[in-house]
Amino acid sequence: MSDNANTRVVVGMSGGVDSSVTALLLKQQGYDVVGIFMKNWDDTDEFGVCTATEDYEDVARVCHQLDIPYYSVNFESKYWDKVFQYFLDEYQAGRTPNPDVMCNKEIKFKAFLDHAMGLGADYLATGHYARVRERDGQVEMLRGVDRNKDQTYFLNQISSDILPKIMFPLGELDKQEVRDIAKEHDLATATKKDSTGICFIGERNFKDFLSEYLPAQPGQMQTLSGEVKGEHDGLMYYTIGQRQGLGIGGAGDPWFVVGKNLDDNVLYVGQGFHHDALYSDALLAVDVNWLVDQDLSEPFTCTAKFRYRQQDSGVTVYPNADGTVQVKFDEPERAITPGQAVVFYDDDLCLGGGTIEEAYRHEEPLAHLA
Amino acid sequence: MEPIYLDHAATTPIHSDVQAKMTDVMQHHFGNPSSIHRYGRDGRKLLDESRTTAAKALNAPFSSIIFTSGGTEANNLAIFGTAHAYRAQGNHIITTTIEHHAVLHPCEQLEAAGFEVTYLPVDQSGQVRVQDVQAALRDDTILVTIMAVNNETGVVQPIQEISDVLTDHQAVFHTDAVQMFGVMPIDVTELGVDLLTASSHKIYGPKGVGLLYKRDDIHLEQQLLGGEQERKWRPGTENTLAIAGFNQAIQTLQANREKRHEHYQALQDRLILELEKQGIEFSVNGDLTQRVPNIINLSFPKTEVEMFLTNLDLAGIAVSSGSACTAGSIDPSHVLKAMYGEKDARLTNSIRFSFGIDNTEDDMQIVAEKIKPIIERLEKVVT
Repeated sequence: MSDNANTRVVVGMSGGVDSSVTALLLKQQGYDVVGIFMKNWDDTDEFGVCTATEDYEDVARVCHQLDIPYYSVNFESKYWDKVFQYFLDEYQAGRTPNPDVMCNKEIKFKAFLDHAMGLGADYLATGHYARVRERDGQVEMLRGVDRNKDQTYFLNQISSDILPKIMFPLGELDKQEVRDIAKEHDLATATKKDSTGICFIGERNFKDFLSEYLPAQPGQMQTLSGEVKGEHDGLMYYTIGQRQGLGIGGAGDPWFVVGKNLDDNVLYVGQGFHHDALYSDALLAVDVNWLVDQDLSEPFTCTAKFRYRQQDSGVTVYPNADGTVQVKFDEPERAITPGQAVVFYDDDLCLGGGTIEEAYRHEEPLAHLA
Repeated sequence: MEPIYLDHAATTPIHSDVQAKMTDVMQHHFGNPSSIHRYGRDGRKLLDESRTTAAKALNAPFSSIIFTSGGTEANNLAIFGTAHAYRAQGNHIITTTIEHHAVLHPCEQLEAAGFEVTYLPVDQSGQVRVQDVQAALRDDTILVTIMAVNNETGVVQPIQEISDVLTDHQAVFHTDAVQMFGVMPIDVTELGVDLLTASSHKIYGPKGVGLLYKRDDIHLEQQLLGGEQERKWRPGTENTLAIAGFNQAIQTLQANREKRHEHYQALQDRLILELEKQGIEFSVNGDLTQRVPNIINLSFPKTEVEMFLTNLDLAGIAVSSGSACTAGSIDPSHVLKAMYGEKDARLTNSIRFSFGIDNTEDDMQIVAEKIKPIIERLEKVVT
């Protein structure tokens, strides 16, 4: 038997085309592939059927096609404690959480990795668009070659220790190639739509969902100079830089959310996409996780992403003694959003990332960004 | 290594005698038993023979056997059929918290339709107490449905004693005897039941066929409407192929029941011995004496059931635990919950082993040897 046949790879399968092709590619390479479906959320549809059923059925169909065993694992209570609770807490604090980042950190690349190791796995594979590469004895994470689909932004909080155990077979492919492979092999999931949005909310209305868990406190919408422009439904429903759903008409440029005042329950609005209050030139990042052996004794330059679908921006990183970092932007940035991730890169190499705590302009904290 | 199948309480392979019988039926006997020509008579003969076999096996009259599509349908027919037929006499039903879902869910449905249902608890032995049945009994109780052997623990329920309590009461007494049929002799008169469910695929017969024994004077509201088959209790052209297979499975069972019983006991004893030999920590869930020999439910501290089951399957050992939800994830067993409460660790670290005629005692040694390293690995991962 080849080495691959003696190498067990547990594949996290969601019932989507990406993880289906991940399993297919590993199977083609002769690995001992085991498919595992994660059930992280307990919900039922109008007929009382668990909403995860359809995805699990797709996992089963694909695994039958690939002739690999498949199982399910239930992380509902862990997911609730580690991801959903964080999600609610952040919204309650007026911030905009990133549950995908937290899910990767706490569930997929911690609890699920442990589960895979408990099954005697040598590697854990997922369908993320990212790459791992070994260089000089260090395993590094690189962006996926499909820059448009690259998911390293969401992976910035995973521990560098685990990279040697991770496989991202899709990292070398672009999305169209993945779809083509799925079609070529007639995989049951080949034409399935990509899931969008936050997994536990699904197709539902975000406001309705959140209001089931957090009491909404309507309040005033004001300009930064205090002019009342209307009512907001609850600060948690709005994100910095958002245009939709404000319901302010009138002449001039469209209105945008430019800030929040949690103490007074006021939503700040301003006119124009490029409203001055949305711009900052630095941020403080906390919960900083390094994926490389980064020299933190002095400032360094690199590029950074402040949100998922965004070009990199040039920055200088100033490490603080407490592990946090100050990040100064080469050019002012619009709508830096506390709670979201800032992720650092050197070309394709993902250096690490952190959570945006606060934004600054001319060294003054922009408190209105919450 | 050949995989080892230890999930016979879920389903059994089809016995070679049954395969031969069914092959013959497929090749030569296709007639519709309702037809009046020779082909029809040929089909009818299969049905008559099968009914005779089943009736004899239960010590019941020929006319009291209703063939159904399986245990679930028989339970539904018994429960809905009785509840609706006797509604004028009362509104109250007694069952237990450890029944199969094919009993629990019909009872819940009846509750939603306005019936009152008492779900009797069990203690850590996994056995229903006769005095609890007595205490729950009311003048308006119309149905008592209590399983004969629990499918998850193998614990035998005191059916005969319960029937004594019901002697002078109007309530119809039904028992789901699906897990009893393959291991213990059944005499419906001795057991004192009015309705009894049995299934073919748990006794080395084909899937898709079962039966309901119905004492001749018990009335049921029809649950399916159609032709005159099964004296209208179960309309629809009879599944003669499966029924003939069921017939053969019962005959083979009757001829080998004691031998099988001994074999199962030997397997269970050997498994426990081998687990002890390996120094594996475990305990038996439920009563140690009041049980069938082919099902044993073991708790392995410091393990986690999903990871344990997956590991066992990857190692070639097929066992089970509780029931899987539609997304494949294991729901904590309602039976163990009833025995130990919501929070007990045994709910998440217990495995059911159920033995079959093709298992060997040496298999039990292999199983214990395979379990050992898995437990060692799990102890490192499970927190």
